[in-house]
Amino acid sequence: MLRSKDTILAWIQAAPLAVVLLGFLVAPIIMIVIVSFWGATEYSIYPDFQFDNYAFLLTSPVTYTVFFNTFKYALITWAFTLTIGFTVAYFLAFELRSLKWQIALFLICTIPFWTSNIIRMISWIPFLGRNGIANQTLISWGVIDEPLDWLLFSDFSVILAFVHLYTLFMVVPIFNSMMRIDRSLIEAARDSGATGFQTLWNVIIPLCKPGIMIGTIFVVTLVMGDFITVRFMSGSQRANVGRLISNDISLLQYPSASATAVVLLCTVLLVIAILLRFVDIRKEL
Amino acid sequence: MEQRGRSFYVLGAFFGLFVLFLYGPIITIGVLSFQGPQGGLTFPMNGTSLHWFRDLFEQQAVGDIWGSFRRSLALALMVMVTTVVVSVLGGLAFRKRFRGSGALFYLAIASLVIPSILVSLGVGLIFNQLGFRVHWASSGYGSQLTWTLPFGLLIMFAVFNRFDKSYEEAARDQGASPWQTFAHVVLPIIAPSLLGVALFGFTLSYDEFARTLLTAGSYNTLPLEIFGMTTNVTSPVIYALGTLTTVFSLLVIGLFFLVVWLIERSKARKAAAPVRRPNTRRAG
Repeated sequence: MLRSKDTILAWIQAAPLAVVLLGFLVAPIIMIVIVSFWGATEYSIYPDFQFDNYAFLLTSPVTYTVFFNTFKYALITWAFTLTIGFTVAYFLAFELRSLKWQIALFLICTIPFWTSNIIRMISWIPFLGRNGIANQTLISWGVIDEPLDWLLFSDFSVILAFVHLYTLFMVVPIFNSMMRIDRSLIEAARDSGATGFQTLWNVIIPLCKPGIMIGTIFVVTLVMGDFITVRFMSGSQRANVGRLISNDISLLQYPSASATAVVLLCTVLLVIAILLRFVDIRKEL
Repeated sequence: MEQRGRSFYVLGAFFGLFVLFLYGPIITIGVLSFQGPQGGLTFPMNGTSLHWFRDLFEQQAVGDIWGSFRRSLALALMVMVTTVVVSVLGGLAFRKRFRGSGALFYLAIASLVIPSILVSLGVGLIFNQLGFRVHWASSGYGSQLTWTLPFGLLIMFAVFNRFDKSYEEAARDQGASPWQTFAHVVLPIIAPSLLGVALFGFTLSYDEFARTLLTAGSYNTLPLEIFGMTTNVTSPVIYALGTLTTVFSLLVIGLFFLVVWLIERSKARKAAAPVRRPNTRRAG
């Protein structure tokens, strides 16, 4: 009696969440899958059941280049955000001794997350442009004679922006994992004669694995699903899967955009499924 | 106290550089937005002026940014309130094991990791096929919730995982109804965390771009308007706008922390004050 009353209450409480997710996540994805089999004329789409969109997508060499690019961005961004994020989290968790300072510096790292991504991208222009701060500085130091062209509107600027935007997604979960590590384990390692590096490699990193995995999932999926950073920071000169989709959308080719979206979704889910084998998210909160 | 090792200074320097990397660019455009009227998109400064801020208030120079700001603000408040309410309810539900809880949890996680453009595209398609007009307050609002709710829910998980159940048991033992227990015991304890959820809801909505792109309809939100400007505005007016909206975000963040601090302080004061016995239920 009591049990079933509890369950009903839980269902009622969970209902709004379920309704929103079903209506604005599950239904749209089902719709995308359906539309990916539809046909399109230049200005309209019509219901159909054909595999043309997929056939075109999977036989076009552009698709493979673009998917390769997407993985490239994800992998390089992951490597940088992990290295930087881990180091920053390590400093916050192990080198600072008062909780007050830890909280204060942690907040300094998180505040940019609550400001606009687009503005943060725009703010790189005065740095990286042909006459930007980076080039001016390097010329005045005599490092280079001519301004570098590849600073803005290149793979470099795209990855720089990704690292700038998403390192936080590594810092937070890794910091969270580090704060749960029992400090006596580290003392024990040191007492048994482990060097600093051995402690890091054999004690701290294994215990941070869940945090690293959660950060990895965030960064990889954000980069793989992105279209705006690549478009803006490359000056429309580079492409990833997200841009392929958004280009089709701007040409009103919704069925083709949907097919690409379905393939992207499967790719992302596959990557996550592989990553999830290493961690149980629910235990980590 | 132990001597600071060399690693502290090396890592401290690294951290300093990281903070510079985080804030340097935004500070730069803050400075550049005070360019003189003839100034360009980068240094050197060509005099200093408020010219570009004044431009923001002239319709013909920048389009409808104040309209889009009002819409973004309204939408952010709607999303914030919804996120807090739905996340708290969801958090309470997940404290009990119920059938479907695993599926719902993974759905929420999926909502975080599924590329935003899919939500945008899918919601746009559904509205079109059903013959509804996309509008920021309907399709845009729902799409943004798929981004803010999982964050809110994760915060509530973290809160309830650390929640000491004995407070509730004590309240129940003294005869409090479930609603009283929630309103007078649970809610005050989790209140600061709720402000955290509200902060996420507000700021993530206010800055949201990808999910709103195809779902906002003919009236742009501020991030969409700014993105439109990046393709055709090549003057520091865009820096001025960036500076203003960032300052606005910082004020909002500051306000949330101020309120949390005030709540904590009044709690500490109450805890320090002598306990006043409620004069109810007198034996009569």
